[in-house]
Amino acid sequence: MGILEVKNVGKRFGGLKALDNVNLNVMENTVHAIIGPNGAGKSTLLNCLIGKLIPDTGSVMFDGQSVLGRKPHQINQMGISRVFQTPEIFGDLTVFENVMIPIFAKRDGAFRMHAIEQVTNEQDIIEAAEKMLIDVKMIDKRNEHAASLSRGDKRRLEMAMCLSQQPKLLLLDEPTAGMARADTNNTIDLLKEIKASRPITMCIIEHDMHVVFSLAERITVLAQGTPLVEDTPDNIKGHPKVKEAYLGEAAH
Amino acid sequence: MESIILQILTGLDKGSAYALIALGLTLIFGTLGVVNFAHGALFMIGAFCAVTLHRLLQFSHVVIDETQTDFLGNPRKIEVPYIYDWLGEPLGRAVIDWSVPLAILFAVPVMILIGVIMERGLIKHFYKRSHADQILVTFGLAIVLQEIIKAFYGANPIPMGAPSAFVGSFDFGVLVGFDVNSVIYPYWRLVYFGFSMVIIAAVFAFLQFTTFGMVVRAGMADRETVGLLGINIDKRFTIVFGIAAAVAGLAGVMYTPILSPNYNMGMDFLVLSFVVVVVGGMGSLPGAVLAGFLLGILQSFASMSVVVETIPGINQVVIYLVAMIILLVRPRGLMGRKGVMED
Amino acid sequence: MLGLTRKDTILFLIVIAMVICAPVLLNPFPSNSALAQFNAGYPDLMQRFLIFGIFAIGFNILFGLTGYLSFGHAAFLGAGSYAGVWMFKLLSMNVLPAILVSILVAGVFSVLIGFVSLRRSGIYFSILTLAFAQMSYALAYSVLTPITNGETGLQLSLNDPRILDGVAAADGSLPVANFFGVEMRDSLDVALGGWSFTFNAGYYLCAVFMILAFYIAIRIFRSPFGMMLRAVKSNQQRMSYTGLNPRPYTLAAFVISGMFAGLAGGLMVAMDPLAGAERMQWTRSGEVVLMTILGGMGTLIGPVLGAGLIKYLENILSKINDNVLHQWFSFMPDGLENVIVTLIHPFVGKGWHLTLGLMFMAVVIFLPGGLVQGGQKIAALLRRKKADPNTVKQPAE
Repeated sequence: MGILEVKNVGKRFGGLKALDNVNLNVMENTVHAIIGPNGAGKSTLLNCLIGKLIPDTGSVMFDGQSVLGRKPHQINQMGISRVFQTPEIFGDLTVFENVMIPIFAKRDGAFRMHAIEQVTNEQDIIEAAEKMLIDVKMIDKRNEHAASLSRGDKRRLEMAMCLSQQPKLLLLDEPTAGMARADTNNTIDLLKEIKASRPITMCIIEHDMHVVFSLAERITVLAQGTPLVEDTPDNIKGHPKVKEAYLGEAAH
Repeated sequence: MESIILQILTGLDKGSAYALIALGLTLIFGTLGVVNFAHGALFMIGAFCAVTLHRLLQFSHVVIDETQTDFLGNPRKIEVPYIYDWLGEPLGRAVIDWSVPLAILFAVPVMILIGVIMERGLIKHFYKRSHADQILVTFGLAIVLQEIIKAFYGANPIPMGAPSAFVGSFDFGVLVGFDVNSVIYPYWRLVYFGFSMVIIAAVFAFLQFTTFGMVVRAGMADRETVGLLGINIDKRFTIVFGIAAAVAGLAGVMYTPILSPNYNMGMDFLVLSFVVVVVGGMGSLPGAVLAGFLLGILQSFASMSVVVETIPGINQVVIYLVAMIILLVRPRGLMGRKGVMED
Repeated sequence: MLGLTRKDTILFLIVIAMVICAPVLLNPFPSNSALAQFNAGYPDLMQRFLIFGIFAIGFNILFGLTGYLSFGHAAFLGAGSYAGVWMFKLLSMNVLPAILVSILVAGVFSVLIGFVSLRRSGIYFSILTLAFAQMSYALAYSVLTPITNGETGLQLSLNDPRILDGVAAADGSLPVANFFGVEMRDSLDVALGGWSFTFNAGYYLCAVFMILAFYIAIRIFRSPFGMMLRAVKSNQQRMSYTGLNPRPYTLAAFVISGMFAGLAGGLMVAMDPLAGAERMQWTRSGEVVLMTILGGMGTLIGPVLGAGLIKYLENILSKINDNVLHQWFSFMPDGLENVIVTLIHPFVGKGWHLTLGLMFMAVVIFLPGGLVQGGQKIAALLRRKKADPNTVKQPAE
């Protein structure tokens, strides 16, 4: 039984078949990568998982419950967190507040009217946020405005925000897109640390083969909206079908 | 049947004004990405261009007429406009009589100048600021422009007449076989409608058939790309703003015989024109024009006594009601493109 | 104190002290001196400072924190006013039920408008709220005349039932708003040398509510709820993907600010039992936006300062006419005097709106953070000049 089960998912945009009969099974506590050439339907699939798009056919089950038709915040409350291609953080708020907000969301749910309590009195939240910032080595930047951080720190902060909710599944949408090699390697190390330190399932959508092969335990190759193969990284590397799909833009 | 036609006709002139203002607003929003709350003030300034010209033409000097005497037996002093001296009395009289249409010639350069100054001096610095800031600064500007006009012309409405040739009404009913006086329509409103159609056609033709217009249209579709092509956008932005200001100004000039200009008139039209823009679809020129006429006609239908008796107050709120429903059901408006400010 | 941090407590205490002492502080010039026209310490004006201060504090909770720019908040002010007058007419001349019902009615009204308007954001939200407010205004003038008394405005009359204290009107004059017997117009005049100060009951009633409103605003700003509202402004997408539903947060902020507006409306009629539709007009909504911006949106004290400054200028500038100007500049040679008077003339008296508009533009252009930001900039400059940081006052927030 996988924690995330995608069955026969199909999605059309007008005449274009973006996804066609996609089946995917992400096992608990693994790192699962979804790769594929441009236009293979990776982003569409991801958007179907997090409630931004609703597929025309098929089902998406997370932890035994359907995610279809739920709003993004409801899906997050089920235990799915998402890291974006460009870090989505609360730029006007301080780093510390950025981490506190997801912890509040985890503790109190989608809405709670605590207008009378003071933030400074929420000891459990403050402690959890401090611990999280220490974990990602950003505690010295706690009072900085998030918008003034470097790109690498923004990515780090976004990961911290996601992890602070102790998600069952972390979805990562091209987490190293547009990064320099050094930053990419830092991100890989960070993800490895995260994986090693806690039970977590990760699903990575990635273009960069280096990232994929450093992290993934299983890989699904998507091409033209359908999964081509699903296997371990070692088997994928030499797979003829994969080479065929990537012909022309092989070996990043 | 007669009353329906009458309502459609009555709605046309208001609709024309909405359409013209909304057209300029959309042009500015679509190309420059700026929400211009001072656009109503431009309409108002246009109206005051007509007032100004009318007053200039009436500049007079005193002539003592020996042939007439006043009640004290002294020779009567008569004010003779200078223009009589220059053009002779009959022609001078005609020019003053026609001062509203003539004001078009006067208003175009003035409005373009005001538009250019506004864009260069103020709006330009707000391209990168938030929409809230744009709304606020143009709102402030609108207050300033209004107050300047008030300082010069006072707070009371200033009645302006249409050329005497267009005074009176046109019996539209007879033309299509109804009873006499069943559908009558003031000539000037007909003129206004025709005038606005000409302006709208001219703006569309300009955008459709000139290279300049092509760039503007491309800019409305995708601003960044056009910027990347190395085309000097800034200069074109200024011109677009000037054109939009001129369109609003002309709408104001010709509207003076329908509604006596007053320093506050811009604000009333602005609110409605924004509603029109939203209903038509932010950034869609045909949408703005269509919605302008539709809402104008709708408003005049809602003012029919039958309707008002059935639903009291509907004439006051119909436009807002429609706008709300459209915004909630179809946020991009009647003809809006997907993704324009939808967030 | 009261669950506030030290810095907030100091700010709060300063505000309380200022409000209590305002009748003295705002009358710095002896009453028969030439400068007396700049005094602001008379009840009518001070009441307006506080009432519009409350209005702006509330508006700031919505606009300053969430960034949703409402152009329709005057509708709630108007609704609160009407509700207040009706309570005077039906129930009692005691201001307390009137004010409470004003808040309640404005609250219900803002739930309805907010629920619909908040389905859109950005400029669409602004236009939706504008449309609602204009609709309320138009209806108040026309169809709702039985409730609003149309153009005349809603007033007290001798025939009102006033279930609880109807007898009080026996002497044939209109009854007066009171707080358990203390009439709102009751004043204590104190003359001290050349100075005279007026301590007015109505003013102090407003003061109590304003201090309460300010306290609530501080608590909201520092609460997790306030943090969520700032998160809405910053990044709604991230908020959703963090498991938070932005809409109830924005709706709550909208309703709170609507209730503040209702409170302001209720206090207005408590001071002067009269409500007219023009209170709902969108220029009124624009005025509160202006106050918030001028003072500094998103700051605690900003809206209060903005409201005070605008109401002060409105009052003082609109009183200055050519005679006053000539008096001021009479020391100059006549020619120069006339030139200067002519130059200043458009900006004062009836033209004070021009000054207002210019000031507003200047703030948006040069000082988007308003007076508070200006103060901070000056404080920073001073700090750089003076080596000793202890002498520098912390910028008020």
